[in-house]
Amino acid sequence: MGALVMSKAITIDGKSVSFIDGQTIMDAALAAGVYIPHLCHNPEFEPHGNCKLCIVSVNGRNMTACTMPAAEDMVVASNTPELDSDRQALVQMLFVEGNHICPACEASGNCQLQAAAYYLKMLSPHFMHFYPPREVDASHPDIFLDLNRCILCELCVRASREVDGKNVFGISGRGIGTHLVVNAASGRLGDTNFAVTDRAAQVCPTGAILIKRQGYKIPIGQRTFDHKKISEVQMEPVKRTEPEHE
Amino acid sequence: MEPHEFPHIEQQLAPVFERHGCEANQLLKILREVQEIFHFVPPAAITCVASHLGVPRTQVEGVAGFYFFLSLKSVGKYRLLFSDNVTDQMQGNPELMQYFCHKLWLEPGKVSEDNLLSVDSTSCTGMCDQGPAALVNGWPLTNLDRDRLDLIAELIHDKKPVCDWPSMLFEVKDNIRRAGTLLGEPFKPGAAIRATLDRGSAATLMEMEASGLRGRGGAGFSVARKWSLCRAAAGDHHYIVCNADEGEPGTFKDRVLLNSYADLICEGMTVGARIVGATQGFLYLRGEYRHLLKKLEEVLARRRATGLLGRSILGETGFDFDIEIHLGAGSYICGEESALIESLEGKRGRPRNRPPFPVTHGYLDQPTVVDNVETLACAARIALQGGEWFAAIGTTQSTGSKILSIAGDCARPGIYEYPFGITLHEILGDCGAEDPYAVQVSGPSGTLVSSKEFDRRISFEDLPTAGAFTVFKRGRDILQVVQNFAHFFAHESCGFCTPCRVGTQLQKKIVDKITHGHGTVYDLEELKHVGHIMQSMSHCGLGHTAANPVLDMLEKFPDAYEHKLKNFAFEPVFDLDGALETARNITGRDDAWAHLS
Amino acid sequence: MNEKRKIRVATCSLAGCFGCHMSLLDIDEKLFDLLGVIEFDRTPFTDIKHCGPCDIGIVEGGVSNAENVHVLKEFRENCKVLVAIGACAITGGVPALRNNIDLWDCFQEVYLYEGGLEGNQIPNDPELPLPFDKVYPIYEVVKVDYFLPGCPPSADTIWKFLTDLIEGREPKLDYEMLHYD
Repeated sequence: MGALVMSKAITIDGKSVSFIDGQTIMDAALAAGVYIPHLCHNPEFEPHGNCKLCIVSVNGRNMTACTMPAAEDMVVASNTPELDSDRQALVQMLFVEGNHICPACEASGNCQLQAAAYYLKMLSPHFMHFYPPREVDASHPDIFLDLNRCILCELCVRASREVDGKNVFGISGRGIGTHLVVNAASGRLGDTNFAVTDRAAQVCPTGAILIKRQGYKIPIGQRTFDHKKISEVQMEPVKRTEPEHE
Repeated sequence: MEPHEFPHIEQQLAPVFERHGCEANQLLKILREVQEIFHFVPPAAITCVASHLGVPRTQVEGVAGFYFFLSLKSVGKYRLLFSDNVTDQMQGNPELMQYFCHKLWLEPGKVSEDNLLSVDSTSCTGMCDQGPAALVNGWPLTNLDRDRLDLIAELIHDKKPVCDWPSMLFEVKDNIRRAGTLLGEPFKPGAAIRATLDRGSAATLMEMEASGLRGRGGAGFSVARKWSLCRAAAGDHHYIVCNADEGEPGTFKDRVLLNSYADLICEGMTVGARIVGATQGFLYLRGEYRHLLKKLEEVLARRRATGLLGRSILGETGFDFDIEIHLGAGSYICGEESALIESLEGKRGRPRNRPPFPVTHGYLDQPTVVDNVETLACAARIALQGGEWFAAIGTTQSTGSKILSIAGDCARPGIYEYPFGITLHEILGDCGAEDPYAVQVSGPSGTLVSSKEFDRRISFEDLPTAGAFTVFKRGRDILQVVQNFAHFFAHESCGFCTPCRVGTQLQKKIVDKITHGHGTVYDLEELKHVGHIMQSMSHCGLGHTAANPVLDMLEKFPDAYEHKLKNFAFEPVFDLDGALETARNITGRDDAWAHLS
Repeated sequence: MNEKRKIRVATCSLAGCFGCHMSLLDIDEKLFDLLGVIEFDRTPFTDIKHCGPCDIGIVEGGVSNAENVHVLKEFRENCKVLVAIGACAITGGVPALRNNIDLWDCFQEVYLYEGGLEGNQIPNDPELPLPFDKVYPIYEVVKVDYFLPGCPPSADTIWKFLTDLIEGREPKLDYEMLHYD
């Protein structure tokens, strides 16, 4: 079947994965049901490539799968103990960089940072904690913005720009001082035109952007990642959103 | 500050907008001027600039928050930034800064109560051969000592404008100690362009190929190949960019080239423009070299007047090319070519995802060549004297000469030009290094070389370098040197990717812990672990190389840290007793239970 | 054959809520199996005040004050294997929510403005453990051999972990047993 169609292919962990021009390694992998861990990537938006969890070894060189275009003859290694160990270290870095106190977070169980850590079998954050002083912004009537939990994936930045056409979010500062900013002179989310129906309100992988009055509608223990691995959830063809029970 | 404090901001900014227009890629230029007017970028200005350029406020705030020479809080009418490069440190800059702060009742990083002055440190200002150095409102101060600081304190006290300060404070010397083919031979402006026109673009490109010229910024990519790729790339416009964002601590050769060989650089750009088909060039000048701006503008004006820039260069119809200078604003990462292009476009200087590469998708997504200052100077020579002439100098894989910026523990710091292949021994002899113990070749991102390796050679095949050559004599504390570099990387990480943003901080904290005498063998292993993650997972060269000094020290200089280590397997991450200090102060307790050893 | 020597175990709770200890008790009837192979040294169950030489030390809670450090160091010195149990021991947990609040503000709020003590004064009795400026996970103070996350880890998780450890296997948790909440 389809023998006449010239299909190009790369190899990921020994499996042949076909791709069409313009697809990244990540696109090809997701389409073929091959899981590569990722946090800042969401196929709905422009690839960003900053969490670095999806780094794979391509013909012996490390490359970012979500931004690297697939090319014929690429031999990709992803599911290796070495890469998973390095990915675990990245997740640990994200944990100590912010203030991620899972037992006190509404997003626990639905959080992709936490789920990636489960997937990578992280038992402790390992590194010294930074405990940075960060702000919680409750000024918006429907949404909390808790920068303690922001991992700078810029999914909200991209969603607001690309889908909502609003540019509610941006990034300022540099280095360890890099931080999310909102489009208001006051710096408060409540003074922007952000709406709970915005796509950007739904895409935060952690509990940095939380919709108010939803917190514990679904009890801990019955949430997305309590029984399903992030690999299964991120591979589901239907995009994951926050449960919408009314 | 509230917006109402700037009721006339629209009028105040009108002339700035007038000068720069309303394209979004003018953002950084506009913000530089905003900083000069208000001594910071007030929220009201962010709103005003955003509305003028038609971009989201977040974008303006993002750029204003990225560059070190822009600030979102007031830094006072005078901002004095002491260079904290390791050579400045060895020359006593930290003590000088302390002296100055003490004298004026100031705290580093904070603005004085009368909003007149703030003092802070900044990454290497490129004056290592005439330090200790600092910047005042962006202008370089050299050869600092207590007398000069007393004078400066007086000038500030009298509120004298910086432009009226005595010129001797700002004197910058070239210090060329050894000139070779690039620096030593006379050059007549226009000669290389003439030769290129006579020979033809394709033939000149072949001369570049024959010369074997490789990029002088450190990576060593073939110039002929880069130019060919750009020449062949489809695009509405092609651009050529001179990377004069010389930020690697310990490097200052471009400062000298720009000061005294600007024609050679412009000529290299013009030859490159002819070959790749560019009509517009940019010279990205690091903010620290702002003092060169006027002189460079004069060179450009003279070249325009003499038909070497502008329309129909040297009378050749259709050969139109001009150069615009773009001033940086304090960011090491902008030396990375794709971050530099982002900055040229007025954005945050964050390295792009590659591919696509700048040769096909660079400035405004158009084919763009980015070359180092020295590379372009070499290209001009090659266009004039031919590839074969150039290839005869140096080694087979590293043709031509290399300009080194030598500083640190040596009698004659300055600029030295050598054919590639020169040994460290010879260089150390020439510069008058007394009892040399280690050399940092190519700056913190390069290699820390021990005295056992002084027979190694400066070349792409052995010790590649972008030019920095920092000498340390026996007795220098290598751990302190490495600590300085670890702080540098933590300060200059752009913050985009996880491994570099967090890894450079972890590295800094662990090196500090060892320096303070609290390190153990466990911490050494941690440094290797963090170093490995940065090397293998980072987005760009900054992260890939940020662990180099630490890893070099661990491998080659055990004497530097072993005596500092505690004799047991593990030591708390933080200072236990120190972490009780706040509570001791609050409760007024000082009993035995209020302390931990 | 000689009867096998029982494995000696000590436990404590530093800046924690004893929830992990409660979860340990939740293994219910398996406690009898457990007590067949282990014996307790210092724990809240035995009321022994100081930890003697032990095979396993299990520490709940983060490090919030000077006394926590004394206890933790005693555990580290006496236990061949040290286990951090629960979110607080591993990340600081809920007590670490105070890390963004200035200690002086905390003291003022509690003792000066709210009138917690007669005469509105800040207590300075040497018997009171002096608090750190922040709450830290225990692995930032001593070397920790094993981590058992959860808030608390479930009884089944604790049982699986302990039986692995006691029987000389590397403890291994299935996906559903690994939780931070």
